[in-house]
Amino acid sequence: MTLIRKPLSRRSVLRAGAAGGALLATPTIFTSRAWAQSYTNEPTGSTVTLGFNVPQSGVYADEGADQLRAYELAVEHINGEGDGGMMNTFSSKALKGNGILGKKVVYVTGDTQTKTDAARASARSMIEKDGAIMITGGSSSGPAVAVQALCQEAGVIFMAGLTHANDTTGKDRRANGFRHFFNSYMSGAALAPVLKNAYGADRNAYYLTADYNWGYTTEQAISEATEAIGWNTVNKVLTPLGAGDFSSYIAPVLQSGADTLVLVHYGGDMVNSLTNAVQFGLREAQANGKDFQIVVPLFSRLMARGAGENIKGIFGSTNWHWSLQDEGSQAFTRSFGQKYGFPPSQAAHTVYCQTLLYADACERAGTFNPCGVVEALEDFEFDGLGNGKTLYRAEDHQCFKDVLVVKGKENPTSEFDLLEIVEITPAEQVTYPHDHPQFAGGALGTCNPGA
Amino acid sequence: MLGLNKKDTGLFLFVLALIVFAPFILNPFPESSDLARFNAGYPDLMQRFVIFGIFAIGFNILFGLTGYLSFGHAAFLGVGSYAGVWMMKLLTVNIVPALIAAIVVAGIFSLVIGYICLRRSGIYFSILTLAFAQMSFALAYSVLTPITAGETGLQLSLADPRILEAANASGTIPAANFFGLEMRSGFDWAVGDWVFTFNFGYYLCAVFMLIAFYISIRIFRSPFGMMLRAVKSNQQRMGYTGLNSKPYMLAAFVISGMYAGLAGGLMVAVDPLAGADRMFWTASGEVVLMTILGGVGTLLGPVLGAGMIKYFENIFSRLNESDLNALFGFLPDFIQAPLVTVAQMFVGDGWLMTLGLMFMLIVIFLPGGLLEGVQRLGALVSRKKKTNEPSQPAAAPAE
Repeated sequence: MTLIRKPLSRRSVLRAGAAGGALLATPTIFTSRAWAQSYTNEPTGSTVTLGFNVPQSGVYADEGADQLRAYELAVEHINGEGDGGMMNTFSSKALKGNGILGKKVVYVTGDTQTKTDAARASARSMIEKDGAIMITGGSSSGPAVAVQALCQEAGVIFMAGLTHANDTTGKDRRANGFRHFFNSYMSGAALAPVLKNAYGADRNAYYLTADYNWGYTTEQAISEATEAIGWNTVNKVLTPLGAGDFSSYIAPVLQSGADTLVLVHYGGDMVNSLTNAVQFGLREAQANGKDFQIVVPLFSRLMARGAGENIKGIFGSTNWHWSLQDEGSQAFTRSFGQKYGFPPSQAAHTVYCQTLLYADACERAGTFNPCGVVEALEDFEFDGLGNGKTLYRAEDHQCFKDVLVVKGKENPTSEFDLLEIVEITPAEQVTYPHDHPQFAGGALGTCNPGA
Repeated sequence: MLGLNKKDTGLFLFVLALIVFAPFILNPFPESSDLARFNAGYPDLMQRFVIFGIFAIGFNILFGLTGYLSFGHAAFLGVGSYAGVWMMKLLTVNIVPALIAAIVVAGIFSLVIGYICLRRSGIYFSILTLAFAQMSFALAYSVLTPITAGETGLQLSLADPRILEAANASGTIPAANFFGLEMRSGFDWAVGDWVFTFNFGYYLCAVFMLIAFYISIRIFRSPFGMMLRAVKSNQQRMGYTGLNSKPYMLAAFVISGMYAGLAGGLMVAVDPLAGADRMFWTASGEVVLMTILGGVGTLLGPVLGAGMIKYFENIFSRLNESDLNALFGFLPDFIQAPLVTVAQMFVGDGWLMTLGLMFMLIVIFLPGGLLEGVQRLGALVSRKKKTNEPSQPAAAPAE
């Protein structure tokens, strides 16, 4: 490494540090952390380093493990190994299978522990120690928002992983951050018409909501969308995260006059609350002369597996499912299946897409400079990554694409075949203005190349 | 020097040297070697070493001197962090108001909690502090979301008022600074294949740690410190002699809470985000581990313990299979494969297990912590020296 900048002595630095308070004018040595570079961590060798920051321990470790598999696959494909996966079906043909801009892709991994602090520490060490030019990953919105802000400060690109809360591209949006995954608003917009067809327009809904940011934005999105089709909201109850037993929250539901229960829970919480609800006989119950129904806004296959029998026939939304029949999804499922022996989850799909999209944007921009990449990704339209025609909107760096409404399958043929696609909601139906009230209060700012 | 005796001056100078030369000490391996992944000399980790050093020094003033085991110290760290970020949001991104607010707010908070918890001692005190800390965590995580931003963590945004600053139209959030010197700024110095990173944020935190360490020495050697030790040895007897130990205890509790607040303030100064996770009970447990690992009641021990835990957390947790393969690459395949398989259990997400094993070994074989290990090694060396010099007269005492 030729990181030599100025041959200055330790002593002058210390003196400057001690007397820093008096020196209001910033001495040049301090601003020149990388005056040889035009942006943070400019790759100078024959390789380029990406940072994969995923939960390897904690409640979302399953998702994290699946994401890492997808990252490895994406790096293989970008470096020209393996069968190329979705690179062959991707509408942009800038990637040549020789790495990014001729540099071989290498990667470092880190554990977010699904905690904001740990995720930031891990991302900082990737940027400061390993020289990562892009950070990606995460299976929860808290760490995603935190790491996105860090990447903005440090001057690298952040490609969000699985993060569903509106805030990531709403009030906490950042110029250097991009999200491919869908969000709470889209879940609501996609679910509402399907629920209306299936359950009618005069339902009384009762909400059990996980007591943290994602829960709040999702509850708001679903209740606003269902109230717009004529549903009535009976009650909204917050439940602590990781409660384990939700019996005490389920018990009052039947007496409340509600005939529909919306479980705004994710991961293990959803598995537990749904199991409790089924044990209390909610699914066989009658209320207001109608069959009682349960809705789960955000589904994943990993959750469906945890819930087992209980998930059958329950509606929810998801970003992607491996049983989709388009060319891109099939190519991805095939190459993932060949390497690991089972189909990928939606968490794996979104991070694979993000890695490919980043690599492609660098290739089209002709540089790794974050500002160039931001420009290449803004208002970029593409196809062939499994979600149909997709737009990366410039105003909030959110992808707009079709949203899947799914239902727990009645007769699964295998342990992976648990969800059935009910409807593919077209992108237009889930598109919203970037200053929609649910997303208000944020500003992208300008891109930061660091250094 | 500075009112310290000769031995303490030596210790202080030793810590000073450690801190000043940390960029060299922590980066012993050349960049291109496989061992470079064990280098810890990058700004984030160096800052963490000194910040958690401050946290552990403060905790040791309470636990080491009085023997009162607080299981909720992370709450003060968290409160300090939130106070710091709010100052940066409301007033200015200059870190001075943030640090002052962090210390003051944590001090007041610990005064309230200490006043209640110190009515009990022993295990009841520990459980009470744990309960308060978990309560603070739950509040920060969900109930107080408008103030703490809940799970996402409180961070700066473009729309913040920052009333002490000129309006900024650049579209970027200004970086945390100390009168214009950005915490992030610094430079790399390459010597041959070695790269040493110097970072302003680190040296600023280091200055605070030195001050904290100096105050801790003075407390340990003061009559006040003696009083606290008396509490540890026999609080009842103190009561019988007519001394009210309560004010001393409360003072120690508040001082140690303010140390935690300073650590929390520095954490947001170098990385402006306050997450609720840092108040979780595991974070409180971590500082107990640091202190015990390093050596309870010793001056230097907690600092060493903090360094060790942070090193494991940040370096071992990031090793993966390909790293291990590269490390053991020189071995023949039939040894390398099983070795990597076994080693993999101890790195990556297995780092907690490695830490747990180390903790058990140290507690069983070195009850005095790492510092006892160092002393035993030192004794071993000096004994050897003696045997090498038979000319010395045998002046050993009879025992």
